[in-house]
Amino acid sequence: MTQVNRLPGGLVDRSEEVKFQFNDKWMRGYPGDTLASALMANGQLLVGRSFKYHRPRGVFTAGSEEPNALVQLRRRAEQEPNTRATMIELFEGLYATSQNHRGSLEFDLLAINDFFAPFLSAGFYYKTFMWPKAFWEKLYEPIIRSAAGLGRLSMKEDPDSYDKGFLHCDLLVIGAGPAGLAAALTAGRSGARVILADEDFRPGGRLNAETLELGGMAGHAWAEEAVKELAEMDNVRLMSRTTVYGAYDHGIYGVLERCTDHLRDSNGKPRQILWRIYSKRAVLAAGATERPIAFGNNDRPGILLAGAMRAYANRYAVAPGKQIAVFTNNDDGWRTAADLYAKGVEITTVVDSRDKPALLNIPGARHFGGQAVMDTVGRAGMKSIQLTNGQVIPCDGLAVSGGWNPNVHLTCHQRGRPEWREDLCAFVPGSDLPPGMVVAGAANGAMTLAAALSEGAVKASAQLEDLGIKPKGGEMPQAEDEPRDCAAFWHVKQSKNRAWVDLQNDVTVKDVKLANTEGFRSVELLKRYTTMGMATDQGKTSNIAGLAILAEEAGKTIPEVGTTIFRPPYTPVPLGALAGRARGKDFRPYRLTPSHKWTEENGASFVTVGNWLRAEWYTQPGEKGWRDSVDREVLQTRKSVGICDVTTLGKIDIQGKDAGAFLDMVYANTFSTLKVGRVRYGLMLREDGICYDDGTTARMGEDHYVMTTTTANAVLVFRRMEFVRQCLCPDMDVHLISTTDGWAQFAVAGPKSRDLLRKVIDRDHDISNDAFPFMACGHVTVCGGTPARLFRISFSGELAFEIAVPARYGNSMMAVLNEAGKEFDAVPYGTEALGVMRIEKGHCTGNELNGQTTAHNIGLGKMVSQKKACIGNVLSQRPEMIREDAVRLVGFRPVDRSRKLIAGSHFITKGDTASMANDQGWMTSVAYSPNLGYSIGLGFLKEGQNRMGEIVRAVSPIHNTEMEVEVVSPHFIDPEGERLRG
Amino acid sequence: MIIDHPLLGPRDAAEFVYLGDASLIDRPDWQAPDAMEKFHAYGYLRDNPAGEHQELWYHEQGDRSWLVVTRDTVTHTITKVELARDVARGKTKARGRGK
Repeated sequence: MTQVNRLPGGLVDRSEEVKFQFNDKWMRGYPGDTLASALMANGQLLVGRSFKYHRPRGVFTAGSEEPNALVQLRRRAEQEPNTRATMIELFEGLYATSQNHRGSLEFDLLAINDFFAPFLSAGFYYKTFMWPKAFWEKLYEPIIRSAAGLGRLSMKEDPDSYDKGFLHCDLLVIGAGPAGLAAALTAGRSGARVILADEDFRPGGRLNAETLELGGMAGHAWAEEAVKELAEMDNVRLMSRTTVYGAYDHGIYGVLERCTDHLRDSNGKPRQILWRIYSKRAVLAAGATERPIAFGNNDRPGILLAGAMRAYANRYAVAPGKQIAVFTNNDDGWRTAADLYAKGVEITTVVDSRDKPALLNIPGARHFGGQAVMDTVGRAGMKSIQLTNGQVIPCDGLAVSGGWNPNVHLTCHQRGRPEWREDLCAFVPGSDLPPGMVVAGAANGAMTLAAALSEGAVKASAQLEDLGIKPKGGEMPQAEDEPRDCAAFWHVKQSKNRAWVDLQNDVTVKDVKLANTEGFRSVELLKRYTTMGMATDQGKTSNIAGLAILAEEAGKTIPEVGTTIFRPPYTPVPLGALAGRARGKDFRPYRLTPSHKWTEENGASFVTVGNWLRAEWYTQPGEKGWRDSVDREVLQTRKSVGICDVTTLGKIDIQGKDAGAFLDMVYANTFSTLKVGRVRYGLMLREDGICYDDGTTARMGEDHYVMTTTTANAVLVFRRMEFVRQCLCPDMDVHLISTTDGWAQFAVAGPKSRDLLRKVIDRDHDISNDAFPFMACGHVTVCGGTPARLFRISFSGELAFEIAVPARYGNSMMAVLNEAGKEFDAVPYGTEALGVMRIEKGHCTGNELNGQTTAHNIGLGKMVSQKKACIGNVLSQRPEMIREDAVRLVGFRPVDRSRKLIAGSHFITKGDTASMANDQGWMTSVAYSPNLGYSIGLGFLKEGQNRMGEIVRAVSPIHNTEMEVEVVSPHFIDPEGERLRG
Repeated sequence: MIIDHPLLGPRDAAEFVYLGDASLIDRPDWQAPDAMEKFHAYGYLRDNPAGEHQELWYHEQGDRSWLVVTRDTVTHTITKVELARDVARGKTKARGRGK
């Protein structure tokens, strides 16, 4: 294929050719082309199929508002659906395919939908697929799903990377058209820190698409000079290919920069960057978007917006055909006729809905005033148009202009409401702009070049003065005020055939009328009922016409009907950019324990606990499954000694004269009475009396306590303690610091734990039972002088210690402990063995302290002091929370010892039916106890404390099982606690 | 959003954790005769104004200050930021004077 539609001139670089593929056909274009302009140059007007009726469609616009020309870009894992051909820069080897057709683009099998159009009106799905209900999931939905949608995902992992970044500036200028350039030049010359962002790859906006002159220069040449000047300023950051998609609170803007989308390969660079720009002030110079007029068959390839057709001719040097007709309701449409004529394209006709004389003399073109285009003929392209006077005029391209809408989107992101301006037949920004933002140029309704330039400079100057910066250099070159008269004209009433309002969603004039007839008269309802203004273009070209037709039908004015609310993003933002680097393993930060290296080298499997990777169990040669490893670790710990990294438990250092009093406030039980050198179990409540967290706190000195929290709640407990300190006890002398990462801590548990530690702890520290009894704590040294803290606490129920060393010694400490333990056959154990041993001992964890249970439920009701102020003690005494017949924590074992208990089972009294009404409680934790040789469980049972020995049924409807279980003490091992005191 | 921290200057809201109504500072006296009712109201009853609201934010990714932020819930305009500790101290002093 050759570039049959290429015109002379333009801003493309003809010194080299670029080869690309569309639907596997090789084509050629030039650097500076978009995919849309290159396709047009090659005579490829048909580029896709419409969403619902699978109508043939072509390029309709020259910008990000494009509703039709959505293509799949690139191949394989790089494949990206729904990219707008009008925004894709052409690069060597570009590969794109059309989407939304079954079979080829030319012969789409689903085009049959078009023949059924009379049945596929607005609300079709709601009305048709209602019944029978059973058909929805099995039949209707799969069919609709396979037929609907636009592009397809590759379903492979995106190989590209995306970044996030933060930028700060005095003035953010959004849009690099004439108004934006004038604003940026003024602010840049005044020395302000400026960011100028523009979605196009070539700054200049409409200056690149028009033939207007500034100070005797071509518009695009002036833009080039301006960009050159800005690029030389250190205080200005120019960002092309960058869309400001959202205006957020306090001058923060959401911004997407497409860094390597225009290259064949990203070459390891981020594909896109999601910026957050913190601006002191902003100038919105987003320009305006042209809108179409609805008439019969107004969706054929070859029909373009007039401004877009002018952009293709002037900037890209292409036209969609050889004989062009123009249909307009305003002066601007005439410029398309003039510019294309100047490029040597034949203009057959100018149809102006206004009954007035020709605005310009276009040789060879017939002028029809007070007429409209009623219908078009063709299929995959244009053959002719029919006017309201019946005349048929052959043409292969049609430019349509229904006037221009200021791009007010970002002014509405904080619920600002645009205002209707009758003279422009358009909405302009209202007075309730986001704080710090002003609007300049066409976005503000200043539609001429002269007005845009001066408004850009004036508005920027005012913003600078506001910031205390003296504006200078705001003089802009001379430019014209081109004629902009426009008369409201939305759709051609005489059209008998379907007239499209929203091309992307296949919404016709008839659909809008139907919505009104059926009572969907609010503009928000109209959108949801007809889907008008949805999907990738968010109705940029269609919304105003749609609501104008609704207003007409409802007998209201357009401002009475109003607009839907614009929300971010202005144009689509890929999920990859929103995710940035936070995906896969890096979705959340993860933390490694100090002994991670040793643990990894010694056969551990890891489990995520909070953000931590903890050893689950250590696999020994010959072990067939995890249970083998866990059983061995449990048995060996109880028989001799086991070692476990417990660093992940939260550690909070509490110091100050009021440290004890502060802890009394935080904990339900009392800590001010704890003796120095002793540890106590502590229970925290929420203010509503529910259990919050538990752990041990050691008194290391008169004014110094060290608290441990559960792993999961470490951050939350610290946050709450700071709240208590600063907000509830502001006059206390107490300070907190989190030392979770500061100390590596290891549990050394089992009858041989003291013997093992004697080999590691320096000899001058006496750790005999008399000198260092159960619940003692103190400072020691290990390995010849390394400082350490020793706690005689036990989670396993064995004689046990926890030893803490500065975190940097953690990995060595783990190695030293295991080496010293060799003569006792010591084992390292993981979280599973830890869990088994705590269930055997009847200790609570998150399964029991699950945010629903009270101290009374877990049998610690008496611990909640009523003699002091503390969080939760008042509301914990509410009658419902201390009922005698409340659920209580007890133990369970299966009557048939070979059966496996199921956590989550509910208890039913024997003889009762298994129903919610007869629910007696639930099983919280289960484990196989290798010491007992059967499955054991903990759970909450109504009045459990009085039901020891009773047989109840444990029912799990989810597993469809039930079994008889015996109620026993939750302390399966050493209920008298002799071991841990030994 | 940007919160103008009284010690650290303007900081992004992402550095903070939100708690809620600043009335949580006004914790009732546990020994009051109607302590149960007062704690119930303290724990469960909140105003939900469309407009000016005093609320607690915690600078978790920063200096760990609890702040009382006066924010308009409709526009997100922040008119005042104080250290919660200062606010709490002011209240204890005021109560002391009242006695």
